[in-house]
Amino acid sequence: MSGPLTSAEIEERLDEFLDPVLSSRRTASEPARLLADFDRAMQEFVLRWTGIIASSNAEMAYQFASHVPRALGLMDEAGIEAWIIYFMDVYDKTGLYPAAQALQELDAYTQALNQKATGLPLEEVQGILETFVRGLNGRAMKIEAGQDIYTDTETLYLPGMLSRFAARADNFRLYKAMVAHQWAQTWFGTWRLNLGEAATKFADPVRAIRLFHSLETVRLDACIARELPGMYRDMCALRQAHVQPLTPDNWTDLATRLQTSGATVHDSLDCLHKVYSDPAPDPICYQGVLLPERVEQAMALRRERDKNAFRTALAKLAEERKPAPEREEATTETAEEPGFTAQSLPDPDMPEGFTFELLLDGQPITPPDDVQSVMDSIIQDLGEIPDDYLVAAGDGGYHMESDAKTERDPTDVWKGTYHEDGAFLYNEWDHERQHYRKNWCVLRELDVHPQAPEFVAHTLSKYSGLVKVLRRTFEALRGEDKLLKKQPYGDDVDIDALVEAYADNASGLEMSERLFTKLHKLERNIAVMFMVDMSGSTKGWINEAEREALVLLAESLETLGDRYAIYGFSGMTRKRCELYRIKRFDEPYTDMVRARISGITPQDYTRMGVTIRHLSKLLNGVDARTKLLITLSDGKPDDYDGYRGTYGIEDTRKALIEAKRDGIHPFCITIDTEAREYLPHMYGAVNYVLVDDVRKLPLKVSDIYRRLTS
Amino acid sequence: MIARVLKPEEYFIEREPYYQAVGDEIAIFESAYRNQLPLLLKGPTGCGKTRFMEYMAWRLKRPLITVSCHDDLTASDLVGRFLIAGGETTWVDGPLARAVRCGGICYLDEIVEARKDTTVVIHPLADDRRVLPMEKLGVVLEATPEFCLAISYNPGYQSVLKDLKQSTRQRFVALEFNYPDAELEARIIGRESGIDAAMAQRLVKFAHMTRHLKGSGIEEGASTRLLVHAAKLMAAGVAPVAACRSAIAQALTDDGEMLAAVNELSASLF
Repeated sequence: MSGPLTSAEIEERLDEFLDPVLSSRRTASEPARLLADFDRAMQEFVLRWTGIIASSNAEMAYQFASHVPRALGLMDEAGIEAWIIYFMDVYDKTGLYPAAQALQELDAYTQALNQKATGLPLEEVQGILETFVRGLNGRAMKIEAGQDIYTDTETLYLPGMLSRFAARADNFRLYKAMVAHQWAQTWFGTWRLNLGEAATKFADPVRAIRLFHSLETVRLDACIARELPGMYRDMCALRQAHVQPLTPDNWTDLATRLQTSGATVHDSLDCLHKVYSDPAPDPICYQGVLLPERVEQAMALRRERDKNAFRTALAKLAEERKPAPEREEATTETAEEPGFTAQSLPDPDMPEGFTFELLLDGQPITPPDDVQSVMDSIIQDLGEIPDDYLVAAGDGGYHMESDAKTERDPTDVWKGTYHEDGAFLYNEWDHERQHYRKNWCVLRELDVHPQAPEFVAHTLSKYSGLVKVLRRTFEALRGEDKLLKKQPYGDDVDIDALVEAYADNASGLEMSERLFTKLHKLERNIAVMFMVDMSGSTKGWINEAEREALVLLAESLETLGDRYAIYGFSGMTRKRCELYRIKRFDEPYTDMVRARISGITPQDYTRMGVTIRHLSKLLNGVDARTKLLITLSDGKPDDYDGYRGTYGIEDTRKALIEAKRDGIHPFCITIDTEAREYLPHMYGAVNYVLVDDVRKLPLKVSDIYRRLTS
Repeated sequence: MIARVLKPEEYFIEREPYYQAVGDEIAIFESAYRNQLPLLLKGPTGCGKTRFMEYMAWRLKRPLITVSCHDDLTASDLVGRFLIAGGETTWVDGPLARAVRCGGICYLDEIVEARKDTTVVIHPLADDRRVLPMEKLGVVLEATPEFCLAISYNPGYQSVLKDLKQSTRQRFVALEFNYPDAELEARIIGRESGIDAAMAQRLVKFAHMTRHLKGSGIEEGASTRLLVHAAKLMAAGVAPVAACRSAIAQALTDDGEMLAAVNELSASLF
């Protein structure tokens, strides 16, 4: 490689990439001047990445070029690449401004990097902690990174990174202690008290809450010591490491009271009156803060939700128990209200030492698991089941819908409201970055608008000869029992083999041991997913051919008895990838499905990667020995926002590799005559066929079947 | 020390197996037995189904012939087959035929694992005919009043392939088993392993924690059997956290994150 580029040369190259964001007052000359000091290899490295970033966004590339000279002083090339991936992930997920900011905060990034060496980021242990807290008593709580350490009784907020100790294990222990402390607040009844209200009775509510929290910590630690001694030992060790006594010296009497096993949150409140004039002790390292107003909010929502869910469930239970009305007059009679009652039962596992049992008309009943968990949640929040909860929801009193979140119509995206509720988010492979773009594609499942199924009847009569041939071929493929002869071990004696063996023996040969017959059952265990191109380019005869092929296929597969699903795909830009349900795996081949096949109409573009990822996920949910993903397509992957050429092909290829890794056999049937140029690269040399005549299409599928399943 | 060799029909259980009744299952089993009704034991793994069968075999003084079903179990594996010996074919009874002949208790463990075509051979035995047709011999074996058929099945499997056919299940008197309540489970663990009551209670509590996790990463919580294993290790001097890790956590899951979480739970508890 020749010598370093001059700043003018660099500026020229940068101008190419950055042209859209440059102006007379904003030029690439300053970055170019700084870059001129580096050697040629480094310069090429920077220019290459600037180009790659510019293909996503020119402004980001400009920001990168401006900051990279300084970054090169702080990190090596691998570090720079990691940094690029980091801020480009931010760009993919949240857009330009946060990403530009992340890029500019270079110092914070390198500092965090150094911390990471000893510190423990929350996201690494989030899964473990969530499972841990769920295991403690069964109610799932989310764990999220937050500014303060607190809980609103639904979510536990923890610092995003802990580096208080030199060893990771110690930092993890601190996380665990924080989780345990906050869990204890929800389990040992800290929030049975309306703290926000109680605190207003004091002159300085903020101070009162702080003192109260210290007192509660004494009580909760004692509870944890009783219930989870191992946890308590860890907590003591943490306190010692921070040289934090549990209580100030003059609190000893109060502590004894709070540490007895029957102490409740009201004892803590009582004690608060006594110590209000004392200075508040320093909070213990795992203690965090109490935020009563957030708890109130979360609890009010949950109470309402639990109450509705519980009463609706009771109504259902009552319905099931009610004997069917015998005569007509029985229905006109005002049916007696079913009487639900709750009765407390001793249970040493519960913090208060008892739990509740549900009685219907005096008879104990066992509610289904989901109702039981709602009941547990109510008991945990309120300590009892109030009487007004025990009234079964009347007809029309509560609607199931009131529980469901207001679902927004997926077709709203047409009106320009890009919401991502109910949609699936998928990564997309960027071959230039050699990394995934995170949560890049937004995919929704939609229904095909059904059409009158005359098309199906028409196709069947048009191809009646072919249908017969197909049935015969597919029947031959169907699994049959086979009697295997001359087996060393089996169900029955193979008389022919035995006679032969005796003959051998008589003539001095060695007798064979293979004297049995065995019934071998050939069970077909195949799930096949059809992915049908519904892009605009299929308009006209291709669409017609696809629909005809699907009709014939469905007929054949019904003969064969294999499980199959059909989905159509289309979309426009990464924000609107669409998948059209035509037939799900668990759906029989009904008139509705036929009507949907008839209703397949060309839509927009073909973004294949995200579709393959979603359909692979669906296929993975099916229990089958052989899983096939068959694509019916008319061309290269192509979408409006740059998803074409190498980018589209590489992403599709990556998605197919992911599918293969999950044990799915991808296969492509195409009518694109140029397919030989790119399909072998995407699917592999043997995993595609090029079809130019619709009559061959379903026949080809039987070929694939024989090849993949025999 | 030489292991005893017994024919299945001679396998009488001589010493009373430890079994702690949870409800009225013993009375129901006995009534069903007297009325020559077949039984279906439902319940999650390791909750005491097999132990219950041993106990009932002891109580009724009948030999217990257990067949653990698997997906390659054929009808002839149950009924019997011809073998070749000394140039002639000889008939050898399968375990089911043996049990019918000697009036024993035939227990088909995890019946759903067997192939569907195998399951149907028990149909004539499981209704009021109580006969076992032996097609290859061309005879029908009639069961004596002492014979009893019992099958077990774990409804926890969510797979549609592992479900019992209605035509099979509607022939049986069903007994539902579940993990015993906390107090009883602790007593069982104490009795089986010899650890003290406080430790047994802690183990049960740990089991409940793992059962909370059912469906969110593990398929089943810790069974009573696993608890007994852990307790035996503890009684032999293994530290509780280590015992839980080896006997319970590793048995429940292979998933690294799940293992870490379960181990944290046991570390917090002991």
